[in-house]
Amino acid sequence: MAAGIKDKVAILGMGCSKFGERWDASPEDLMVEAYNEAMADAGIAPEQLDAAWFSTHMDDVGTGRGGTPMGIALRLPDIGVTRVENFCAGGSEAIRAAVYAVAAGACDIAIALGVEKLKDTGYGGLPVATVGTYIPQWYPNAVAPANFAQLASAYRSKHGVDAALLKRAIAHVSVKSHANGAKNPKAHFQKAVSAETVLRAPIIAEPLGLFDCAGVSDGAAAVIVTRPDIARSLGKRGLVTFKALQIVTSNGWELQSNEWDGSYVHTARIAARRAYAEADITRPREQISMTEVHDCFSITELVTMEDLGLSDVGGGVKDVLDGKFDADGAIPCQIDGGLKCFGHPIGASGIRMLYEMYLQLQGRAGPRQLRQPSVGLTHNLGGQPSQNVCSVSIVGLEDA
Amino acid sequence: MFGIVGYGGYVPRLRLLRRAAAEANAWYAPQFVHSAKGTRAFANWDEDSITMAVAAARDCLGAADDRSRIASVLLASGTLPFAERLNAGVVCEALTLREDVQAADVTGSQRAALSAVAQAMAQVRSGGGDVLVLAADNRKTRAASSQELDFGDGAAALQLGSAKVLAEYLGAGTVTVDFVDHFRATGEDIDYAWEERWVRDEGIAKLVPRAVKAALAEARIDAAQIDHFIFPTTFQKMDQQLAKACGVRAEAVADSLASRVGDTGLSHGLLLLAHVLERAEPGQHILLAQFGSGAQAMAFRVTEEIRNFRPAKGVDEWIRRGVEETAYTRFLSFKGQLDLERGMRGEQDRKTALSTAYRHRAAILGLVAGRCEVTGSVHFPPSRISYDQGKPLQDTQKPHKLAERRGTVLSWSAEFLSFHRAPPHRYGQVDFDGGGRVLMEFTDTADGEIDAGSAVEMTFRIKDIDDRRGYTRYFWKATPVRAVATEKGSE
Repeated sequence: MAAGIKDKVAILGMGCSKFGERWDASPEDLMVEAYNEAMADAGIAPEQLDAAWFSTHMDDVGTGRGGTPMGIALRLPDIGVTRVENFCAGGSEAIRAAVYAVAAGACDIAIALGVEKLKDTGYGGLPVATVGTYIPQWYPNAVAPANFAQLASAYRSKHGVDAALLKRAIAHVSVKSHANGAKNPKAHFQKAVSAETVLRAPIIAEPLGLFDCAGVSDGAAAVIVTRPDIARSLGKRGLVTFKALQIVTSNGWELQSNEWDGSYVHTARIAARRAYAEADITRPREQISMTEVHDCFSITELVTMEDLGLSDVGGGVKDVLDGKFDADGAIPCQIDGGLKCFGHPIGASGIRMLYEMYLQLQGRAGPRQLRQPSVGLTHNLGGQPSQNVCSVSIVGLEDA
Repeated sequence: MFGIVGYGGYVPRLRLLRRAAAEANAWYAPQFVHSAKGTRAFANWDEDSITMAVAAARDCLGAADDRSRIASVLLASGTLPFAERLNAGVVCEALTLREDVQAADVTGSQRAALSAVAQAMAQVRSGGGDVLVLAADNRKTRAASSQELDFGDGAAALQLGSAKVLAEYLGAGTVTVDFVDHFRATGEDIDYAWEERWVRDEGIAKLVPRAVKAALAEARIDAAQIDHFIFPTTFQKMDQQLAKACGVRAEAVADSLASRVGDTGLSHGLLLLAHVLERAEPGQHILLAQFGSGAQAMAFRVTEEIRNFRPAKGVDEWIRRGVEETAYTRFLSFKGQLDLERGMRGEQDRKTALSTAYRHRAAILGLVAGRCEVTGSVHFPPSRISYDQGKPLQDTQKPHKLAERRGTVLSWSAEFLSFHRAPPHRYGQVDFDGGGRVLMEFTDTADGEIDAGSAVEMTFRIKDIDDRRGYTRYFWKATPVRAVATEKGSE
């Protein structure tokens, strides 16, 4: 196996806009908001940026294609801006590109920024996306909630879980995230909800109700990365470094063969295994302080706990209901509210997850600060359970 | 011997309760309320004359992969979805017939299906191979009209050939005159009809007996020998009056299926014939007549082979599978006569790339997968490189038909978010017997019928309708495998 990325690159600064229905802000405004905070945090001038990676998913709403929207919005100093798009995992892709560029020595300082402006469609839910000319001729005109809801039906069938019990467990996932989001001033939703409210909400895609679905939000997030020695030379201490960056993309096996049983995310298990190896983590349940996972839907988070090895396979329901992933549990998950409450501006989400890890590791998370976390894991999933791009990243304090 | 070697039918699952329709319109047309009895069949939103013809053809041909004996397909319909694009050609692709098959659309009168049978018999007699005659109709009527209540949607199929003939073709009679009982100009949706009394007395009563007489003469049988007399009509007792006028025994008059299905228009003659054949005995004589721009009649004699053939489901079974629908607005919506709010998601462009469609026509229209000759794994859609983990073989896939195979649901959901003409929109992953997996839509189903592990079968349906350009694209959907219904359960 390759030597990996561990401790080769550090975070120099980060920024994140307020997420939500940002009727007041254009995607360019959101980019500036995240960029300003990140640059101030890094304490550098624009001329010190060597390269930029730009993540945005939707072409028909937001900025349009290419790298120019970021170059123009931020008036970057004639550097290369590369747009990356990999469904909801685009933010993690942008981070990986910037980190790899720095690790390769091609850049000293690089920036990755993600933005999504979803609330210019005129309707609720994620915008309808195009999928080429062949797929629409046979594949259902499927929407994300139903793609992920199928995890629930297959999970029930595989593990013999009663529908009402699973519904109760995934309701707890959302209740927990709302409680966390209530402490996050940048979150889209900052109101706690009761289990009863979640359970009684209208069904979007059987068995997922309104509160089982992540927020559809506008927002941007940015990270500036550099080598640890450069960070130190710029006066930074208590560095947060990358321990692992793994991305696995489906090759059609899940969706086409008869082997995958539909109750888990195949790519997530592989990405997690590789990330733990890259980060030298042998006992994730003890070594991982906290996680930000891709809770696009409540069922996804429950299954992800198993895919990451933080619950036994089939044990997710019990662990969730036992509060293992609550703010005061053994491995807090979505301490910032997650996609569910912080919000899900697609291209920015992977970077937003990192933002919370960064704040927590530096002890800057305010009222939601956890006690002395040392290693954080982010899990960013693009696509659908049966066909996706899955990123698992691990960051931690430099000496962790 | 030449004649019918196979038959099948199709009646859509939805049955509008006539009383519900009449009551919805009672404020405007109170005359129908007391006479509205029974149900009429109507096509689901994803059915049209092409999909119903495919369903009837599959009912006739059965599950065998080899359909190479079909040399010709004639599709008769007064409601063909396309004016230009061979409708029968779509059917041929869906049935995975040979590419050298002859195919033609036949239309223009209520007796077009019988004209197609006559043409088919000429071809069979000349040694041209088996002909599949399909008839389907999906008529539009005005709200609060008698036709709305009387008509039904459906399809039928006859395979005509010379081997194992189960009903020998004895002869036919035709009268072609420009008697316009109703007409529909090109581009119009709904018929314009003349006074019923004139149609009945001057049209049917005078023209049909001439065709019947000519058919009996060519068949060299007497009217009294007829055991099954089929004459589709929406006029009360007209079939019985006609039988009497022709010298046919009253008890020979076939059930018109009016109470449950309704008159399926151009296809009704063949649908009733398929229904009769399901109960016919060797040696019996059948006379089939249909009226329209004159009249046509033909006679058959049932053979011993009738005992050796069963359609895949059969008309009786399709009828039993009906579900009563009391929502009249659902009927109007599916007929394109109610402009329901679609939301902005309904604005999504459904433009079809025709070059893509042609390149992948076997997969899309025929549901033909690719089976790796080395590993046996089945791929849908077919691909150059197989998915087998760790051994991605190249160019090893051979065509593998999935349409007649059953599947099992692996996962599913039913959602209310996307625009769908009959919410909730249901889809999930289906694993096929013998291998292969397709994430596909479910149709003709209800809450509680689809779960992980449910058995499903395939049905050819409308995938999307491009309203802007008037194009319909088709694909296959999964529908629950249902046990053979009991008569008690449906009556």
